[in-house]
Amino acid sequence: MKKSVLLGTLAVAGVASGAAFADGHGDTTLGQIQERGSLNCGVTTGLTGFAAPNAEGEWEGFDVGVCRAVAAAVLGDPTAVEFVPTTGQTRFTALASGEVDMLARNTTWTFSRDVDLAFEFTGVNYYDGQGFMVPRELGVSSALELDGATVCIQTGTTTELNLADFFSSNNMSYEPVPIETNAEAQQQYLAGACDVYTTDASGLAATRATFEDPSAHVVLPEIVSKEPLGPLVRHGDHEWGDIVRWTLNALITAEELGVTSANVGEIGGTTENPEIRRLLGTEGELGAMLGLEADWAANAIAAVGNYGELFEGNIGESTPIGLARGLNAQWTDGGLLYSPPFR
Amino acid sequence: MSEIHAETAYVRTEMLPEQAPPITAAGPVKWMRENLFSSPLNAILTVLSIIVIYYVLQGILPWMVNGIWNADSLSECREIRDARGGSSEHGHGVACWAVLGDRWHQLTFGFYPSDLYWRPILALALFLAALAPVLFDTVPRKMFILTAAAPFICAWLLWGGTIWGPLMIAVGFVIGWAIFKFGAPAIGALSATIAAILIPILYWLFIAGPIAGALSGAIPIGIEAVPSDDFGGFLLAFVIGASGIILSMPLGIVLALGRQSDLFIINKFSVIFIEVIRGVPLIVWLFTASLLLNYFLPPGTNFDLMLRVIIMVTLFSSAYIAEVIRGGLAALPRGQYEGADSLGLNYWQSMQLIILPQALKISIPGIVSSFIGLFKDTVLVVFVGLSDPIGFSNLIRATTDWNGIYWELFIFIGLCFFICCYGMSRYSQYLERKLRTDHR
Repeated sequence: MKKSVLLGTLAVAGVASGAAFADGHGDTTLGQIQERGSLNCGVTTGLTGFAAPNAEGEWEGFDVGVCRAVAAAVLGDPTAVEFVPTTGQTRFTALASGEVDMLARNTTWTFSRDVDLAFEFTGVNYYDGQGFMVPRELGVSSALELDGATVCIQTGTTTELNLADFFSSNNMSYEPVPIETNAEAQQQYLAGACDVYTTDASGLAATRATFEDPSAHVVLPEIVSKEPLGPLVRHGDHEWGDIVRWTLNALITAEELGVTSANVGEIGGTTENPEIRRLLGTEGELGAMLGLEADWAANAIAAVGNYGELFEGNIGESTPIGLARGLNAQWTDGGLLYSPPFR
Repeated sequence: MSEIHAETAYVRTEMLPEQAPPITAAGPVKWMRENLFSSPLNAILTVLSIIVIYYVLQGILPWMVNGIWNADSLSECREIRDARGGSSEHGHGVACWAVLGDRWHQLTFGFYPSDLYWRPILALALFLAALAPVLFDTVPRKMFILTAAAPFICAWLLWGGTIWGPLMIAVGFVIGWAIFKFGAPAIGALSATIAAILIPILYWLFIAGPIAGALSGAIPIGIEAVPSDDFGGFLLAFVIGASGIILSMPLGIVLALGRQSDLFIINKFSVIFIEVIRGVPLIVWLFTASLLLNYFLPPGTNFDLMLRVIIMVTLFSSAYIAEVIRGGLAALPRGQYEGADSLGLNYWQSMQLIILPQALKISIPGIVSSFIGLFKDTVLVVFVGLSDPIGFSNLIRATTDWNGIYWELFIFIGLCFFICCYGMSRYSQYLERKLRTDHR
């Protein structure tokens, strides 16, 4: 009986102390983070290349890098992050209720999420789109040749709707094989239960990389939907939204200006380029305008590298996932990455 | 007579030595004839079964036995296998057990700091030691002191932090017990019971926190604190399962008694509680805990998700336990209740001494099967973002090293759950045999 009441009591104590803490917090998200000494960042419950813990239990990945960059900019310490794994169902509540300060969780920027759910997307860190993968032996080279194919599709996602749109607008028919998770999809596809597997192109690449013989499968060139993935914060604290937005922009600008994690230490002092000097805080007051230290962006870049380094290190062509930059190249290289100027 | 016998050669004078029974009437041959080949139909079925079993095992056993234990990633496993020429033997290849060697600590402890692994292990040992006097009556009764202290020590070991927090919570129980014990003669049994419940709650809410804070400021005794976010894998499953089991048992008994009570409000409250909780799936309650409570609580309140889940699991399980125990209460003959009344026992005495011991004994199989179900249901927390063993199998699969690995992880997780649940099941059978008083 005594055991029984203990945890009940802990619960009561938890509520009481929680309520007590609530009074002590600063008013702003930034103030709360600085008081707490760590950033609460919502990530996925595991997605190859984007967020996963390594054997030491440290989180790694492309989305994780964004969290670490923000923590480095705000607190000067990229390890001062509490990663909160969130599922597709719990992610938005976790953000809305304040359980996490930001989400960096492969979330597609859509109208209703931005407007109706009252979130603020602070940019796009990965331009994704829905693609198709088929076995090479089918001899298919374009998605327009897929008339009558059986397609493995995750139920209840936007990919399901996009697929229906694509096939009906091209006057083709298909037979869906509904599946629940990506893991199940891999098994079904390899077992030959469907001719085609469709999901986001980054997911297809990650899946293909795990096959015994990746070269026996091709990802078709057609991309049938727009999936701009980006970090988001909740409405109501624009200063905090600005910090997350401009940290991401700082990583993108750093790549454009040739600032890397290797040279970020000295280039701020040696360069004559005024934009680099403003970015790294050796000139101007940009950090103070955000309420941060002058070297906020330099800390972020030193922690995770610029956008290009982050990309190459986690999902780029040197990794098993092997994604090409494609749409995610700088605007100067024909991609869509275009950061507003640091001025 | 005897002389005639002695002279007739065909009459034996000594016993023949015993002979072994015919081979078909003893030993394995007899057993097989009786059990496997007793009729032509049975013989055919036996042969067919053996063929099926052989077919399954020849697929699975080489896969398991030839498994690779030393590799850093799935692709390395595949290279080792190809170097052995193992892939051409049959379609399934071989198991890549190396994932367990690489990640066993995450499946077991989650994100718990690796230099502090001794704390959960010590807590488990303490928990088992504290459980011993409850489970086996041959253990010295003095061990119950440990049982009373164990929840506080275990919680302190697991979460760490200052020692004064658990200590101050424990003081609340002492206060409640003292009021119940010494207040009853002064203010009557009913008021003492109410006071023994209310005053500790008020104490925990308003006094315990500040005192613990002041004491830990003055005399800082403590160990490194570990936040609930770091709990994962089987540690999480065990903590949720064990707290759920321990907490739901007394709550279930109270609810079962409440449902049998003649007091209108208590009776209706118990009925409504049980029916509402049982009428809704556990996964919905977990979503309630993780999503809805966030909206109800004041903004900025960070009420630990793990604690919310433990509370929900406990409430859910207690409703089932209540119904199982109510079955046991209903199975007792009316005479037992009347006999208790005729002895002049009051309600609590009659329950404690006569009714509950018999009702609980009848309910043991049902209670244990509820507990096994509860323990296995802990994997549902994966849907609210907690990293239980299944959740961790997803996380491990999300790394580029181990993406594409399935069976090895699931077999390991299944085996661990099987060992725990089978242990519980065997204990319940032992308890049934020990408590059996009828003559069967």
